[in-house]
Amino acid sequence: MIYIDIIILTLLAVTAVTVARIRDLWAAVMFTGIYSFLGASWMLLLDAPDVAFTEAAVGAGISTVLLLVTLALTSKTEKTSVSVPIVPLLVVIGTGAALIYGTLDMPHFGDPDAPVHTHPNPGFVERSQPDMHGLPNVVTAVLASYRGYDTLGETAVIFTAGIGVLLILRREKTSTEADDSTTEGTS
Amino acid sequence: MNSFPIVRIVSKILIPYILLFGLYVQFHGDFGPGGGFQAGVILASALILYGLVFGIPAAKAVAPPWIVEKFIALGVLVYAGTGVATMLLGGNFLDYDVLEHHFLTEITVGGQTLHMLPSGQHLGIFLVEVGVGITVTAVMLMIFYCFAGRETSSE
Repeated sequence: MIYIDIIILTLLAVTAVTVARIRDLWAAVMFTGIYSFLGASWMLLLDAPDVAFTEAAVGAGISTVLLLVTLALTSKTEKTSVSVPIVPLLVVIGTGAALIYGTLDMPHFGDPDAPVHTHPNPGFVERSQPDMHGLPNVVTAVLASYRGYDTLGETAVIFTAGIGVLLILRREKTSTEADDSTTEGTS
Repeated sequence: MNSFPIVRIVSKILIPYILLFGLYVQFHGDFGPGGGFQAGVILASALILYGLVFGIPAAKAVAPPWIVEKFIALGVLVYAGTGVATMLLGGNFLDYDVLEHHFLTEITVGGQTLHMLPSGQHLGIFLVEVGVGITVTAVMLMIFYCFAGRETSSE
């Protein structure tokens, strides 16, 4: 079981370095898709299938397509910079060292006494079955019912983001596109 | 990409199942992993795949932009409307317990209890997840239309 963890984390690191080093942007976009799939697999190993779902669908699916469409509008190769980036390197090393130092204070992986398992309220797990009349998915119960306000806010954020993209990118004349046919199957 | 037969045929075979899987994730989200956000992205990705393979005009014929635009707001309205409905029924905002209806909730057939209509909490979660799904699908699709609809500078 530990081997698959090591394999996936190693592949994640290799993919990340590859994305940073590769100059062919088309290949880099493909590698970000691979990175997302590996991230989704890693989330699944951590027993977080909801997050894995989102990562696979958004990271590997939608954002890869959007990046590819963007490449079609711009250029497929990255300009090589001539200067040696010393200051960014120092910033990255400093930030990385601070982050690794920060992990020293964190509880061990899977520690039942970790704050995340004791602090918010384990009662959510215990109460959700009677509260929700037997809905088995505690994640959905917390997201949509106990924390309904937050999810409404998140939906409003997505709404706002969509409106923002529309306002910036949409062309003015959409005369030929008012093509009335069957409605889409969204709901 | 319409000229590649393998891509075209495989997409044609896959798209119905992607849509079906999206609906499953949407409406089974309270029992298994998933929910409105994931389902919305999956549904949008099916339509985006259709647009990539068969061209943006074909995708716009299936999901016209002027309808998708309305759906962006409709999802938030469904979500917030559920909250307003619970307030009108006498509860707090998004307090799904007041949606409890005691109407065909369960019937007994041959000694087995079957759940017909969902309980209040279930109904509330169902409604807000539908709202999230509608908004996410529409936003993802609209962003794709905006990006892909622009003039390409180079091929």
